[in-house]
Amino acid sequence: MLSLYVPGDSVVHRARAGLKLAVLAALGIGLFLVESPAAMAGALALVVVVGVTAARLPWRALAVQVRPVWLWLALLFGFHLLATDLRTGSVAVLRLLALLVAAAVVTATTRVTALVAVIEWLAAPLRVFGVRPARIGLVLAMTLRFIPLVAEKAARIREAQAARGADRIRLGMAVPLLIQVLRMATTVGEALDARGADDAPARRPRRTAAAS
Amino acid sequence: MRWGRRPAADADDAVVVPGAGIELRDVEHVYGERVVLDGVSLTLTERRVGVIGANGSGKSTFARLLNGLVVPTSGTVLVDGLDTRSQARAVRRRVGFVFQDPDAQIVHPTVAEDLAFGPHNQGVPDDEVQRRVEEMLDRYGLAGHRDHPAHLLSGGQKQLLAIAGVLAMRPQRIVFDEPTTLLDLANTRRVARVIDELEQDVVVVTHHLNLLAGFDRVLVVEDGRVVADGAPAETVPWYVGRMD
Repeated sequence: MLSLYVPGDSVVHRARAGLKLAVLAALGIGLFLVESPAAMAGALALVVVVGVTAARLPWRALAVQVRPVWLWLALLFGFHLLATDLRTGSVAVLRLLALLVAAAVVTATTRVTALVAVIEWLAAPLRVFGVRPARIGLVLAMTLRFIPLVAEKAARIREAQAARGADRIRLGMAVPLLIQVLRMATTVGEALDARGADDAPARRPRRTAAAS
Repeated sequence: MRWGRRPAADADDAVVVPGAGIELRDVEHVYGERVVLDGVSLTLTERRVGVIGANGSGKSTFARLLNGLVVPTSGTVLVDGLDTRSQARAVRRRVGFVFQDPDAQIVHPTVAEDLAFGPHNQGVPDDEVQRRVEEMLDRYGLAGHRDHPAHLLSGGQKQLLAIAGVLAMRPQRIVFDEPTTLLDLANTRRVARVIDELEQDVVVVTHHLNLLAGFDRVLVVEDGRVVADGAPAETVPWYVGRMD
C-alpha cells in the first residue's frame, strides 16, 4: 500500500476504486461460503489471470505481497494436517492465497487517493455526527506517507546510538523518536495550514477515470 | 495547524490592494517569555527579498508572519492590504510557503497526489488540477516519478516537489524558509536557479549568502530586530564582517 501502485492503463486500472473494493469484499464473502478445494484453486487461478493478463501486472508485483506470508501459510497448512485433514488445510491456504492476490491486484491498480476517496464516501453518513470525511481521508493518506518517514527516523536514532556504543535496541530510543516525531508534527501542521487544508471543500472534486 | 480554531471572520473577498506588498507595523512576537521579534516595521514591495541572520535570531518567525502561519503578539501584518490576523486564509492563498524540510511539507504518499493536494484544497476543478499537476511534473523533471512514493525521492527532488506543490496553488508571492539548508551543492544551485526563474515575488530566508546575488533587498535580523536593510552589496558584507 505504501508503494505498491503499478502505473498502467489496463481495464482494471481504469475501473472505479469503489467497484474494485466491492468485488474484493464480495470475493471475500463468497470464498468463505464455499468449502471445495477445486473452487478455491479456481478462484486463485482466476485472480492470478486477472492480475497478470487483464491488469497486465508483472508477476513480481503480486509475489511481493505474497512473499511475507509464505511462512504463515505453511504453518497454517501444517497445523491443519495435524489437527484436521489435507482437504481442510488446502481450502484454508488456497482461500487466503486467493484473497491475498486479489487484494494485491486492487492495491497495484488503484492509486491511494482513489482508495481514500472511497473511504471518504463510505464515511459520508457520519457527517450528521459532525465528522468531516475529507479529514478521515487526509489522515489515512498522511498515515501512509509518514510511516516510512518515521521508520527512517527510528533507523537514524538506532545508528546514532550504535555509533556511541549502544549495540542493542533499547527502549530509550523511543524518547528521542517521540521528540522528533512531535517536532515534525508541528511543522506538518503548519504545512497543512500553508497548503490550505483548512480551506478544503466539504466534498473533494470528482476524480477522472484516469486518476482512479 | 489550528484544528477547530478558525478565524472568526475570514473574508476571502476582502479589499485587496494589489501591489501594496507586505507591510509589518510595529510587530512584536513573544514565545512564552522570550521576545522573538521586537518592534519590526517595514514594507516589502521588491520582487526578491533575502533575510539573513544567525540561528535563533527570529528569521523563521519573521518568515511565518508573512503568510499568517504565525500571527504577531502585537502589531499588524498586512499582505496586499489583507490582515494576516483576521484574513489568514485569503493571505495564504496569496502567499505560498516552502519549508526547510520538504519531508514535513509533502503530505501525500505519491508525487502526483501531493502536487494535487493544494489546488484541491482551493476548490480548483479536477481537470484544472490535473493540468497543473502535469505542468509541474514537466517543469521540474518529475514526470518520470509521477506515481513514485515521495519518500524514495532524493533530497533535491523532494525540495523541488515541495516548491512545485506550492506553485500549483498559483500564489502571488512565495516565502522560502531556508530552502537549501539540507541540500548538497548541486541541488542548492538547482533550487537557486528555480527561485531565480520564478515570476512571483519571493522572500528567501537563508544561510547561503550566494543565493542572494541579484536580489533587490536583504534584511539582517539579529535578536529579533532588523539591524540592517538594503541592497545585498551593502548588507551581506556588513553581516559577514559582523560574524568575524
